[in-house]
Amino acid sequence: MIGEGTHSTNQRRHNYVQENVKVGFFTDPTVCIGCKACEVACKEWNQVPDDGFTWSGNSYDNTGRLGASTWRHVMFLEQDRQKGGQIVGSYFPGSSDREDPFRWVFLSDVCKHCEEAGCLEACPTGSIVRTEVGSVFVQNDVCNGCGYCVVSCPFGVIDRRPEPLPEAGGAFKCTFCYDRQKSGLVPACAKVCPTESILFGPLDDLRVRATQRLQELEARGHKDQHLYDPTETSVRGIHAFFLILGEPEAYGLPPKPQVPTIYLKSAWTAALATAITSIIATLVAFAFFS
Amino acid sequence: MTTSSEKRLEQLREEAWEKGVVAGRGVDIAGGPIPKKPGYYGQPVVKPPVWTLEIPLYFFFGGIAGMSAVIAVAAAIFDHVDLARAAMWIAAIAGAVVSPILLIMDLGRPQLFLNMLRVFKYRSAMSMGAWILTAFGGCAVPGLIALELHSRQLFPGALDQLLRLAVGVLILGAAIFGTLLATYTGVLIGATAIPAWFLHRTFLPIHFGTAGLGSGAALLELLGHRIPALNFIGFYAATIELALLIWLSIDKHGAADRAIHEHGSGWMIRIGEVLNGPLALVLRFFGFVPLAAISFLLGVLVSRIGWVAVGKVSGSDPESVFVAERY
Repeated sequence: MIGEGTHSTNQRRHNYVQENVKVGFFTDPTVCIGCKACEVACKEWNQVPDDGFTWSGNSYDNTGRLGASTWRHVMFLEQDRQKGGQIVGSYFPGSSDREDPFRWVFLSDVCKHCEEAGCLEACPTGSIVRTEVGSVFVQNDVCNGCGYCVVSCPFGVIDRRPEPLPEAGGAFKCTFCYDRQKSGLVPACAKVCPTESILFGPLDDLRVRATQRLQELEARGHKDQHLYDPTETSVRGIHAFFLILGEPEAYGLPPKPQVPTIYLKSAWTAALATAITSIIATLVAFAFFS
Repeated sequence: MTTSSEKRLEQLREEAWEKGVVAGRGVDIAGGPIPKKPGYYGQPVVKPPVWTLEIPLYFFFGGIAGMSAVIAVAAAIFDHVDLARAAMWIAAIAGAVVSPILLIMDLGRPQLFLNMLRVFKYRSAMSMGAWILTAFGGCAVPGLIALELHSRQLFPGALDQLLRLAVGVLILGAAIFGTLLATYTGVLIGATAIPAWFLHRTFLPIHFGTAGLGSGAALLELLGHRIPALNFIGFYAATIELALLIWLSIDKHGAADRAIHEHGSGWMIRIGEVLNGPLALVLRFFGFVPLAAISFLLGVLVSRIGWVAVGKVSGSDPESVFVAERY
């Protein structure tokens, strides 16, 4: 936390990988300043190719969305709502009968590292694995680029990298800086975050801090803050969870994400029923119509 | 900018000119500061599939291959040796040559295709599919060779009996894995995060499997095997497809699967379903068997391409994902 200096979990060295401690990110938009240092640090450390130099027209967000070459993405929401105890200007100068609330919300989006990860379940090569710290990791030398993880992620995070980018054809997403963590370092995005909007640490600690933060905000007059951590759905919680203001849809976050493996039972039942009826129909055809 | 916002702009200008101050809201410009698109600036919530034409073609050929092996078993049991041989040729070529080539072509890194067989994951339909296709090829190719050797009576007495046994076991194996090969593709796209797909997860395996059976029979008919049994299979498959077309038209989920009911790719599915459902049925009823077979095969191919195209549209539509999660 701010003021803890080198004692902050964002700055001090750790042995989480060696000690099998489940770690996570808690991302808090109420202290984010939208500097995009996390995006830059991620790209520099992981040598991720650029994601295009286009102007989107969507506030100050020219990154777009998470993808094969975008592992951190700072969202810029412009909403006609009040943020906490914010002083709201009038609708037009010289009048005070109507207010014109406006708020700017920045949130750094990232792979959620789900408890039940759709991509990991779907991967047919065993390329996607769960690490000692509970994160979901793509072993890129194993991935053959089948693209099934792409449609299996309920958050639309992982994607196949197109030609002519380096290492094209494979699936890429946030690695939770597994290489840094193995050496006791903090993920690049959290390390560089100037306001500790991205907080890295043991998952249990983060959950406690997140609850405290919610209470703090409530005391300051915020109204629509809540945690985005879908523990009640089949995803069973995410390791990179968020505090959000307002409804999750505005952030492009699915309100009730489901891991697609829950659909397997009904789909395979239909498949087996079709298999059996096809065999019977064929036998009937040859037995009675020959 | 629309005419109404232009009019409003003109009003604001006049007001500013007369009063020196403007009361009330200005004009919302498309792409202006307050997001009007659903979700986050209309960005997709899930990722649309990266698959290209190879995958629907594989669905088509895999279906033909798998169900041809079923026809081969029934033909062998009821002593239609020539038909069994033709069906096994189709099974082996479509299932053990064409399908793997299409699948490997679609990979981002084709040289690593054997990594599919590193692990066996029953919770991954893609992994199960890789193993089903391998097992199918492992039965269909030696099964075809054994059948050809057996039907030419090249070996004497006891050896031929052994060969006969091998034919039986291998073709039966090909048929069992074949039914799975023709239906698992429906599970593959049904168990994903794409709304138009997972909302039809029971529909898809039935559709893909039945279409595979009908295509196998249709292809054999076009190759000259005009027997009543294949005609019956043609009637059966077209009737089921007609029922599925009605089901698809009734079972709507609003914005969640609007890609199927409103978009051009949805039209591909419906045109395909008409070709292999009602049209194939009518043509067959009036005795135009080759036309019915062509109509069926064409319909299956078009609707296969349509289903993958619908996945791309549906996956790119944030509102579909939000609405689908309520089902």
